[in-house]
Amino acid sequence: MDWNTILITTLKASIGLETVVYALAAIGVNIQFGYAGLLNFGQAAFLGVAAYGLAVTVATFHLSFWLGIAIGLVATVVLAFLLGIPTLRLRADYLAIVTIAAAEIVRLVFRAVKFKDVFGGSDGRQNFSGDFYAMNPYSPGAYGIGPITFTERTMWVLTVGWILVALSCGLVYLLMKSPWGRVLKAIREDEDAVRSLGKNVFSYKMQALVLGGVIGCLGGFIFALGQASIQPDLFGTEFTFYAYTIVILGGAARVFSPVVGAAIFWVLLVFVGNTLSEAVGAGVIPSSIMTVNQVGAVRFMLVGLGLMLLLIFRPQGIFGDKREIALDAR
Amino acid sequence: MRRAVIAFTAFLGGLVFLLSSPAWADGEALKGTLQNQGQPVNGVKISVATEDGKPVAEVASGADGKWEVPVPKAGKYKVTLDQKTLPAGVALKFKNRATLDVQVFDGSQRNVLFALGPPGQQAGGGQSASGTSIWERVAQLTFEGFNLGLIIALAAMGLSLVFGTTGLTNFAHGELLTFGAMCAYFFNVVAGVPLILAAIIAVVLGGAFGYLQDQFFWNRLRRRGSSLIAMMIISIGLALLLRYVFLFLFGGESAAYLDYNAQPGVQLGPISAAPKNFWAMGIELAVLVVVGVALLKTRTGKAARAVADNPALASSSGIDVERVIRIIWTVGGAVAALAGVMLGLAQNVNYQMGFQILLLVFAGVTLGGLGTAFGALVGSIVVGLFIQLSTLVVPTELKTVGALMVLILVMLFRPQGILGRRERIG
Repeated sequence: MDWNTILITTLKASIGLETVVYALAAIGVNIQFGYAGLLNFGQAAFLGVAAYGLAVTVATFHLSFWLGIAIGLVATVVLAFLLGIPTLRLRADYLAIVTIAAAEIVRLVFRAVKFKDVFGGSDGRQNFSGDFYAMNPYSPGAYGIGPITFTERTMWVLTVGWILVALSCGLVYLLMKSPWGRVLKAIREDEDAVRSLGKNVFSYKMQALVLGGVIGCLGGFIFALGQASIQPDLFGTEFTFYAYTIVILGGAARVFSPVVGAAIFWVLLVFVGNTLSEAVGAGVIPSSIMTVNQVGAVRFMLVGLGLMLLLIFRPQGIFGDKREIALDAR
Repeated sequence: MRRAVIAFTAFLGGLVFLLSSPAWADGEALKGTLQNQGQPVNGVKISVATEDGKPVAEVASGADGKWEVPVPKAGKYKVTLDQKTLPAGVALKFKNRATLDVQVFDGSQRNVLFALGPPGQQAGGGQSASGTSIWERVAQLTFEGFNLGLIIALAAMGLSLVFGTTGLTNFAHGELLTFGAMCAYFFNVVAGVPLILAAIIAVVLGGAFGYLQDQFFWNRLRRRGSSLIAMMIISIGLALLLRYVFLFLFGGESAAYLDYNAQPGVQLGPISAAPKNFWAMGIELAVLVVVGVALLKTRTGKAARAVADNPALASSSGIDVERVIRIIWTVGGAVAALAGVMLGLAQNVNYQMGFQILLLVFAGVTLGGLGTAFGALVGSIVVGLFIQLSTLVVPTELKTVGALMVLILVMLFRPQGILGRRERIG
């Protein structure tokens, strides 16, 4: 058992690429679910559309990086409208089913052989991150404290990523202190009461869906750039459920809880995964019980179990307030 | 039951790849396993060439169907399967896909999938239809659509009744199907019981699983006063947990039952299908009729419909609501297990099969009207027909997309479904 490696990778995970990506996705989910009470189970599609918007523009059509970012953002907003118009008037569980179906549609279209020339089939797209790394201000080398080091490429992605996380958190903080945020929270508590005050509930919900989607889509950009490649199956339904687990773990309707939730979530996941792999590799867990390939399955099992236990015993998560959780069916 | 996870197929692809890539990243290679109906196919020549046609290596698949070709560096490669070396009775499912262009990434081994099957049974209907008229294809696809629709209907009945009586949108319902299919697989393939007997055992176990889930889990949650949205998210957690327990135990590959594998097709008018399909449809129809009659005629069935309509009123008129819910979970679990066995018979057993069909079940249920038993039946068959018939115009790989689009359109224009009532959508 190499505890040193386990410890270092776990510490790296607390600020690593996955944490940034899932924090951004979870901030989006937090606006939709935590503040507005919308059960959007298609968050993966928002990240996917943004990432593919960037990758397809640059890799398939050889246009500029910034145009790719713009197209990714526009595609996200369009998707939010397409999703929102038919579903936002429906009850929460219908919204959940429709958004999860929409996310699967997006994923299936991305991986279709029919559109392989554009989206690259199940191989996805590569060779689109050159312009981004050309802007890298870090000179080549390893950066970090002690044994925890990142390459200059990772440093650049993480710097941009954490700046986006900070900006998103600031935006959410300001918005939720504003009258707009109070209306949103009121819609979560009692939609009919807000409607009787003359507010356009549908329009507020749509704005929340778009805003949550756009913040999530920043995570899609970071994901694509950080890996320098994208595949359609990265944006499966599990991604959305991870984001929900993170929001509920941190506590819904709190500004910083998605960020803290994402860090805790990935630290736990990486720690458990690495410890199990090491234990299996070192023979501490005999191979008749599990093999290295089964570690991935065990991690997913733990996420499922964790989500269930959280909802049963502590639906408000770590920082949340039980009175502020939108769990009443409407 | 324990089978080591040897190679994750393209289905698992991205996510698992992301989670575990460093563990097996020693040198770029192309590899794969040739299987026909779950049996390895050996001695098939596979040649690999670079993108511009320079040959890299040529290998033959081993006794376990596996082959592997190390490649010098990351990049694009052409992999060709020599169809002349395939044993008698085995053919490529897609004749035009004997050569595949695949991308190998830095430091990773790439799985290459050649779909094999008995000759003449090309997948998707569309590929084999060169000589047949459009009406024969419509007839064939309608038959296949009914076949799929009945499986969806079996799953949808339980889901819809559970929603009607408890208000729970159960995202873990698909795992009840997988559970049934896996139980039948275990008794059939590992314990050597004939498939029909294994299916009966699986249905009984499925019923027990449904009963226990309600008795020790959902019932407790209802009594604690967990809200419906909380329970819905809990069901997602349960679905994740169960699905990956299945992956842990079963492995990431698809496998077939031992019996009724390579049945020669029977021609019935314009329709050609294996006898097992006719039998399966007969059994599914019989079960649906029995459940339907039971709902209409028996005391418990009437009570179930009363609870689905208005639990408080049913309770106050002396119906034991908890008992009715328990019966619905038990029957729903058993019927879902049967649906899982049938699905495994139609398209092999896989740990994701339940989740993959769950969205179609949701589509069927919402199309028919959530909470109504017969609406679910009608909606499911419409979804099944739509999926298969849509392959006349859209590529086979996108047929599910069409069905999910319909789900969204139904939400837009008639959210209460075909047989549902307006008030249910709240």
